[in-house]
Amino acid sequence: MAETQMSADGLKSLARYMDQFEDKESAIIKVLYEAQHIFGYLSNDVMLFIAEKMDIPAAKIFGVVSFYSYFTTTPRGRCQIKACMGTACFVRGSEKVVSEFEKQLNIKRGQTSDDLKYSLDVLRCVGACGLAPVIVVNDKVYGKATAADVSKIINEIQG
Amino acid sequence: MINLTINGIAVEVPEGTTILEAAKKLDINIPTLCHLNLHDFKMVNQGASCRVCVVEVTGRRTLAPACATPVAPGMEVKTHSPRTINARRTVMELILSNHPKNCLTCPKNVNCELQALAAELSIHDIRYTGEMSQHRRDTSSPALVKDMNKCVLCRRCETMCNQVQTVNVLSGLNRGFETVVGPAFNMPLADTACVSCGQCVAVCPTAALSEVDNVAKVWQALNDPDKYVIVQTAPAVRAALGEGFGLPAGTSVTGKMAAALRRFGFKKVFDTDFAADLTIMEEATELLGRLKNNGKLPILTSCCPGWVKFLEHQFSDMLDIPSTCKSPQQMFGAIAKTYLAKKLNVDPSKMVVVSVMPCIAKKFEAGRAEMNQEGNPDVDLVISTRELVKMIREAGLNFDTLPDEDFDDPLGESTGAAVIFGASGGVLEAALRTAYEWATGKTLEKVDFVALRGLQGIKEAEIDVAGTKLKVAVASGLGNARHLLEGIRSGKSQYHAIEIMACPGGCIDGGGQPFHRGDIEILKKRTQALFTEDQNKPLRKSHENPHIKKLYAEFLKEPNSELSHHLLHTKYVKRQKM
Repeated sequence: MAETQMSADGLKSLARYMDQFEDKESAIIKVLYEAQHIFGYLSNDVMLFIAEKMDIPAAKIFGVVSFYSYFTTTPRGRCQIKACMGTACFVRGSEKVVSEFEKQLNIKRGQTSDDLKYSLDVLRCVGACGLAPVIVVNDKVYGKATAADVSKIINEIQG
Repeated sequence: MINLTINGIAVEVPEGTTILEAAKKLDINIPTLCHLNLHDFKMVNQGASCRVCVVEVTGRRTLAPACATPVAPGMEVKTHSPRTINARRTVMELILSNHPKNCLTCPKNVNCELQALAAELSIHDIRYTGEMSQHRRDTSSPALVKDMNKCVLCRRCETMCNQVQTVNVLSGLNRGFETVVGPAFNMPLADTACVSCGQCVAVCPTAALSEVDNVAKVWQALNDPDKYVIVQTAPAVRAALGEGFGLPAGTSVTGKMAAALRRFGFKKVFDTDFAADLTIMEEATELLGRLKNNGKLPILTSCCPGWVKFLEHQFSDMLDIPSTCKSPQQMFGAIAKTYLAKKLNVDPSKMVVVSVMPCIAKKFEAGRAEMNQEGNPDVDLVISTRELVKMIREAGLNFDTLPDEDFDDPLGESTGAAVIFGASGGVLEAALRTAYEWATGKTLEKVDFVALRGLQGIKEAEIDVAGTKLKVAVASGLGNARHLLEGIRSGKSQYHAIEIMACPGGCIDGGGQPFHRGDIEILKKRTQALFTEDQNKPLRKSHENPHIKKLYAEFLKEPNSELSHHLLHTKYVKRQKM
């Protein structure tokens, strides 16, 4: 499971990962990806650590992090529920599915539950339009989802 | 060479020329907004993000941004066809649809490039309405205000901050409609490594970045019967102030400036140049001392508050090499509130020292915790050249017809060595004039150190002083300063003395000066104005200033004395790199 704190081990492993790159500037995204994998999210301290270690301005690092919706600067839940809002999913009713998740989990899209159990996000096309609307929970894909499926999905990911 | 036609007129230009530059050759003005080319300072903002400069190219389906499209053989360009004019208007309307319309009360009113462009393109109606950006104004900095609701995302500030100055505080953040330029983690500017050089303000086309306006506070002080308000004016102000009233660039307006300030009601109108001479006395002594006693070298000048803060952030391991001298602004304040206050029999707590500076980092410097005597700040209020233009207008003075008046004694007397502080290389030249004479005991006949002058980012020279070859360097622009400092840190380069100014070209290009809008000729003329003033001065070496001699005889005793150290020298603080 991803760590939510900036542990010494995590930093050491991130530093080792960064060392392999000659061209630091073009490695920014890979490094941030790895950092998010290690820590679960990109805290200011983690971004500063990367900036200093790679000698890249912190503003630039933050610019990249804030540009890509993949990167998150807040801790995420253990179950990361992501609903596709691409065109196909949207016209086939993903909005209704997301609203149902919001209602049942009592969090809004983009938020994480206080117990760090769930986070709910919307994203653009995941490339599985044939299965629209698509819900992705951690690495598992649920296709042709409806509002009625929501409680089933929640039960399943809990177990 | 490439041959092409623009609006049917043939033109030949070198390969790599942009359509915009080729059109300029034919005196065809293609409107631009985000584009800014300061080639002398190696800065080109060419993101082509605003699309205002679009032109029609025969055979090309879409319109081309003239600022970033290189010419090609046989190209046929139309710059003002109905299609281009229409597209430009649409682009402008879209930009304006997310721009506040409160021009009348905006600090940039009548000085705004966006406003001028809207007029140029005859925008009478904005057909688009929609969401407006809602960013919080950042007023955390003592020097500049950041109001991103007025930002048009031209990215000039970002290019300046990163490529030219290498301060690296600003970056594009977020995406789409949420895009904004700001520091890491959206921190307030005051908490960042921003050095307040104000070069971002100097290139901002709108009021997204502007200086902290102290005009009202100055009027308030002037109208307070309990206060004794005096003013000092920095060297570079006199070479640029006239531009604010339509005078040609490079017109020296020293006398009119003194007259205007006197009419405002300042009890005394003094000159920072006096304190520049004083700085040379202290700094040349320090330099010779370090040379004689094998002290730390090179000595770095410390007049520029933007540069000093940059050093504190980026080279915090090298804080023992700059001169310990306060800047002329601060030296002036310290002498005014001690020596002068006593002489005039004024209570220092009732004295208000106002500075007129070409700079906005001076606002930050005046507020530094160490710049005071028992809690009474050396300098109380700092306004920029641009703010002085506003005050002269507010006071209803006809600047053009003001008589030429002199500064008051004793802090108004100065030499030619002081006035050149305002141009890159001037401080070092002034220091060398004095150090040479002190070290050799001989008169320096040729006082002009021409190798140190000009707008180049880095200048070097070797000067023979009493048998010692002094290796000196001058850097202006913080990117150039970083380059020099890295060479010193790694031991690759060795110098005896280095002058550094944060703004490219020195204070004549300060962040508080009238906007040059990318016209480098203006900066050359300002520089020339200062050197001409130097040449016309009867005294051109700081140590010959009679009032400086008197100040030492009556008060300070000698350069680097205990009292000098207490009043005129300072220390530096380690700051975070990012």
